[in-house]
Amino acid sequence: MSSTYKLLILGAVIVATYFVPSIIEVFAVLNFTVYIIMGMLALSLAFVWGMGGIMVLGQSAFFGLGAYAYAIGALNFGAGWEAVAVSIIVPAIFAALLGYFMFYGRISDIYVGVITLAVTLILFNLINSTSGPQYKIGSARIGGYNGITSIPTLDWPNGSMIDINGMFYLSVGLLIAVYLMVKFYLTTKYGKVTIAIRENEHRAELLGYNVSLNKLITFSIGGAIAGLAGCMFANWGAFVSPTLFSLVQSAQIIIWVIVGGRGTLVGPILGCIAIQWMVTQLGTQQTVNVSFVLGILLTIFVLLVPAGLAPLIAGTIRKAFGRVTKKGSALAKEPNS
Amino acid sequence: MDFGLIIAIEILGSIAILVLISIGLAVVFGMMKVINMAHGEFIMLGGYVTIYGTNVAGLNIWFCILVLAPLVVGLIGILLEWLVVRHLYGRMIDTMLATWGISLAIVGLMTMLVGNTTTGISTPLPSVQVGSFSTSGHSFFLIALAVVIIVGLAALFKLTTFGLMARATTQNADMVAKLGGNPRRIYALTFGLGAALAGLGGAALAPVTGVIPTIGVSYIAKAFITVISGGGTVIAGNIAASTLFGTISQAFTYWYTPIIGEVALLVSAVILIRILPKGITGRFFKKAI
Amino acid sequence: MTISRRTLLGSAAAAAALFQAPRAFAAGDPIVISSIYDLSGGLDVYGKPVGDMMEFAVAEQNAKGGLLGREIILKSYDAQSNNQLYAQYAKQTALSDKPAAVFAGITSSSREVVRPIFKKTNTLYFYTTQYEGGVCDRNHFSTGVTPAQTVQKLVNHSVKTAGKKVYIVAADYNYGQITSDWVKKFTLDNGGEVLDVEFFPLDVTDFGSSISKIQAANPDFVYSALVGGAHMSFYRQWKAAGMLGKIPLSSTTFAGGNEHIALPPEEYNGHLVCQNYLQELPSERNQQFVAAFHKKFGEDYPYITELSMGAYQAFLLWAAAVEQAGTIDRMPVIEALETGISVDAPSGKVTVDPATHHTIVDVHVAEARDRKLNLIEKFEQQPPADTAAVCDLIKNPDDNQQYVIEL
Repeated sequence: MSSTYKLLILGAVIVATYFVPSIIEVFAVLNFTVYIIMGMLALSLAFVWGMGGIMVLGQSAFFGLGAYAYAIGALNFGAGWEAVAVSIIVPAIFAALLGYFMFYGRISDIYVGVITLAVTLILFNLINSTSGPQYKIGSARIGGYNGITSIPTLDWPNGSMIDINGMFYLSVGLLIAVYLMVKFYLTTKYGKVTIAIRENEHRAELLGYNVSLNKLITFSIGGAIAGLAGCMFANWGAFVSPTLFSLVQSAQIIIWVIVGGRGTLVGPILGCIAIQWMVTQLGTQQTVNVSFVLGILLTIFVLLVPAGLAPLIAGTIRKAFGRVTKKGSALAKEPNS
Repeated sequence: MDFGLIIAIEILGSIAILVLISIGLAVVFGMMKVINMAHGEFIMLGGYVTIYGTNVAGLNIWFCILVLAPLVVGLIGILLEWLVVRHLYGRMIDTMLATWGISLAIVGLMTMLVGNTTTGISTPLPSVQVGSFSTSGHSFFLIALAVVIIVGLAALFKLTTFGLMARATTQNADMVAKLGGNPRRIYALTFGLGAALAGLGGAALAPVTGVIPTIGVSYIAKAFITVISGGGTVIAGNIAASTLFGTISQAFTYWYTPIIGEVALLVSAVILIRILPKGITGRFFKKAI
Repeated sequence: MTISRRTLLGSAAAAAALFQAPRAFAAGDPIVISSIYDLSGGLDVYGKPVGDMMEFAVAEQNAKGGLLGREIILKSYDAQSNNQLYAQYAKQTALSDKPAAVFAGITSSSREVVRPIFKKTNTLYFYTTQYEGGVCDRNHFSTGVTPAQTVQKLVNHSVKTAGKKVYIVAADYNYGQITSDWVKKFTLDNGGEVLDVEFFPLDVTDFGSSISKIQAANPDFVYSALVGGAHMSFYRQWKAAGMLGKIPLSSTTFAGGNEHIALPPEEYNGHLVCQNYLQELPSERNQQFVAAFHKKFGEDYPYITELSMGAYQAFLLWAAAVEQAGTIDRMPVIEALETGISVDAPSGKVTVDPATHHTIVDVHVAEARDRKLNLIEKFEQQPPADTAAVCDLIKNPDDNQQYVIEL
C-alpha cells in the first residue's frame, strides 16, 4: 500500500476526530472516548495474538493492572506522568515475569491460554478481597469490591484540566501513536522474527532465532499497551473496580479481535468500536440480551468468517474498485503485514 | 477430634464438587480433544431443570437431579455438537472460541427467559450429627454421587461396546471408520455424555449454591483448569487433579477465607502446568483411562 | 465489566397514570428526576423493589397534580449490579438529563462511585439505603438508617436475650467492614465479646466451612451483615447443617432483600432483624399506604422492603422541600431540606437532621416468621447519632468525606 494514501487516511481520521465533539452530544463523546480506549486494548491483543501467535485468554489482567497501577500511583504521587509511567511499566514487568515463566518453560498454545486465564482470575479474586483498611499501597486503599473511587485525573502539561473533549482527543491521539509504534516495530528485525514465529515456531527456532525471548518481548509489549489502555480507562471514569479483571472482560477482547480479524491490527480496533457501539444501541432496549447477541456473533464468526471482517471488507472493496482502492483503503491491510 | 472429622468431610466434599463440575469436560477433552467453554452453562442448565422441575412442574427432586437434568442437558449437548462443534474438529482453539460464544449466548438466553436473579431450592436431606458438630447431609450425597459417577464411567469405558468404540475413536478415528464404526456418531454421543454429566453435576449442586444464569462463569475456570492439569487421561487424571486441588483449596479456605482457597487452587494449577505441561497423567498413570 | 447501556427511557408509570386519567398539569415543562438502581444482577433483590417504589411515588405525586403544577418524569437506569455502570449512568444522567434530583445506589460502594460525580456536576443526590453511616457531604441526603439507629438496638436486644459472645459474618466491602466494626463496638459496650469476624465477597455461595468454624467457636448468637442474592445461600446452608434454632441469628440485612419471602419459612423462622419500616406496622397511615401500593402492584406483591421505603421517604422529603422552596433549583431545595423539614411517612415521622443530612426516624426490632416481620420492640424518633458525632454541615458546609468508626 502506498504511503501517500496511508497518510491521507491518517489525516482524514485526525480531521474527523477534531470535529466529532462539535457534532455529537456530550455523553456520546464520553461513550466514544471509551470505545477508543477499548480499541487500544483490542490493539494489544491483536498484536500479541494476531501478530505473535500467542493466544492469551486473560489479556484483561494487564488492562486491570494498568488501571490499578495508575490509580494507586496517582493517589500516592499525584496525577502526573509518573503515574502514567507506572501504569505502563507495572503490567509490562508483570507480563515479562509471567512470560519468562511460560515461554522459557516451553509452554505454548492452549496452556498459555489456561495460565493467562488463571492469572487474571487470581488477580480478580485477590483484589476483590482487599476491602479491609489493612490493604493499602502507600496512601491508597485498594478497596476490594468497592474499587478505588475519586482517582485524580491527568492535566495537560501546561496545568489546565483535561475536559471531556480533551480526553477524547487524547485517547484518539494515543491510539494512533501506539498503532504507528506497533507498525514500526513489526518492520524491525525483532518484529519480523515475531511474524516468523507465528507462521512456524519450529522453523524459526531451527534458523537460530531465540523464540522464547522474542515471545517474551511480544507478550510484554502487549502487556504495556493494555496497561496504557487501563490507565486511560482509569482517567476516563476516575474509578476502577475488580470487574476489570473478569472473565467477561476477557471474552469481550477476544470477540473484538475475532470479529475484526485476527492477523490485522486495524481490524480489531474497528471491530471493537463497532461492537461497543452495537452494545450501546442494544442496551437501550430490553427485549434482546446483549450477551446473547455477542455470543451468537462470536460463534458465527468462528464458524463462517474465521478471518474476521477486515480481510472480507478489504476484499470486497478491492473487487469493487479495482486497482485504485487496492492501494488506498485503510482496511486493505495485508493480513500478514 | 470431631473438628478433624468435620474437616475431612469438608475436604472430601470439596473434591467431590470438583469432580462433579469437571468430569463432563474431562470426558469431552480426553476423548475428543475439544475444550467446551459452554460447559459451565450446561451445569447452570442442569440446576435450572432441577429447580423448575421441582418447584414448577411438581416432580420429585431426586428424579429431577438424577434423571431429568442429565437427560435434558445431554440432548442440548447433542444438538449443539450437531450445529457447531462438529464443523470444527481438529481446530482446538476455534472449537474453544465457538463454544465460548455458545456459552455467552446461553447466558443471555437464560437471562431473557428467567431473569438475572438467584433462585434456589432446599435439600430434602436432614443434617447429620458428627460428634458435637452438625453438618449438611447434602455433602454426603455429593460425595456418594461423585464416587458413583467415577465407577459408572470406568465401567462404561471398560465394559461396553460404546466404551470400546469411544476409546478406539480417540486413538484412531480413521481406523474405526474403516472397520465399519461411525466416528461421527461416537463423537456426538461422547459430547452428549459430557453435557449430561455437566447437567447432573449442576443439578446436584443446585440445593447448595442456588442458580443464576451467570453462575457457569464461576465453574468453568475451575473445571477447565482441573481438566487441563489432569491431562489426557479422563478418569485417573480427573481424580488426581480434583483430589489435589480440592484438598489445597479447602485447606486454605479453613486457614484463611474461601477466596484465598480459590486463589490457592489457581496458583497451584499454574505451577503444576509449568512443571507438567502435559498434565498429571502426562507423566503418571499413563496407562489408566 | 460491560459498556452496555440499559436505559429505560421515561417512566412507564407516569405514562400509565396519565393515560388512565388525562390530567392537565397547570404550568411549565415536566420536572425530570433520575434513578439508578440494580434492577438486575445479584443485587436485584434490593434494587427491584426500590425501582417499583420510585415508579409508585412519581405516579402518586403526578396523580395529585405533580409538583409546582408540573409533571414529574422519572428516568430510570438499571446498573445491573455493576459499579462500572453506576459510573457511566451517573455521568450520562447528570450531563444529558440534567435532573432536579437523583436517587441512586444500593451498595455503599456504588454510592461512593456516584457521589463524587454528582458533587462535581452539582446534581442533588439522595442515597436511600440503610448503610454504615458517616457520609458528610452537603450535596447528599441519606434517608436510610445507620448503625446507631438499628445495629445498636439489635445488638442490645440480642445480648440481653441470647448472651454475650457473638460471631460476625459480613459482606466483604465497605458496608460489611464498617458495620462489623459497629457491631464490635456495641457488643463491647454491653460487656460482650466478639469471637471472630469473617468477610465474604459478594459472589461467595458456599458457606460450609464457615458454618463448621462457627460451631467450633460456639457463640451465643451470630450477627449477619451478608448482602445480596448469593449470600442468601448462607441461611439455606445454616438450616441444612441443622443450626437453625441451635444458635440464634441477628441481622440488619436479612429481609432487606426479601430473604424472608424468597426462602421457605422453615429455613429462617426466628431470625431477628431491626428496621426502620415493617410492612406490618399497624398505623393508619401505613395501612392506607400498603393498600394503595397493592392497588398498583397487586395484592400478591412480595413485601414492601425497608430499602424501598427509604426511597419513598426520600422522594416525599424532596417533594416537600420543592413545595417549600417554590423551585427545583438545587441550592434553594437543599436549604429547604436543611430547615429540618419533616413528612408523615408510613414508617412514622421522618425528619431531616440539618447538621448531618441524615434522617430522624422510628426503628423496630422484629422477628422473621412465616413470611412476616413481627414487631418485638419499637424505638421512637432515633437520631443518626453515629454520624452526628463527627459531621456538622452547619458549621462546615464544605465538608466532603465519609467518617469511619475508630475502634
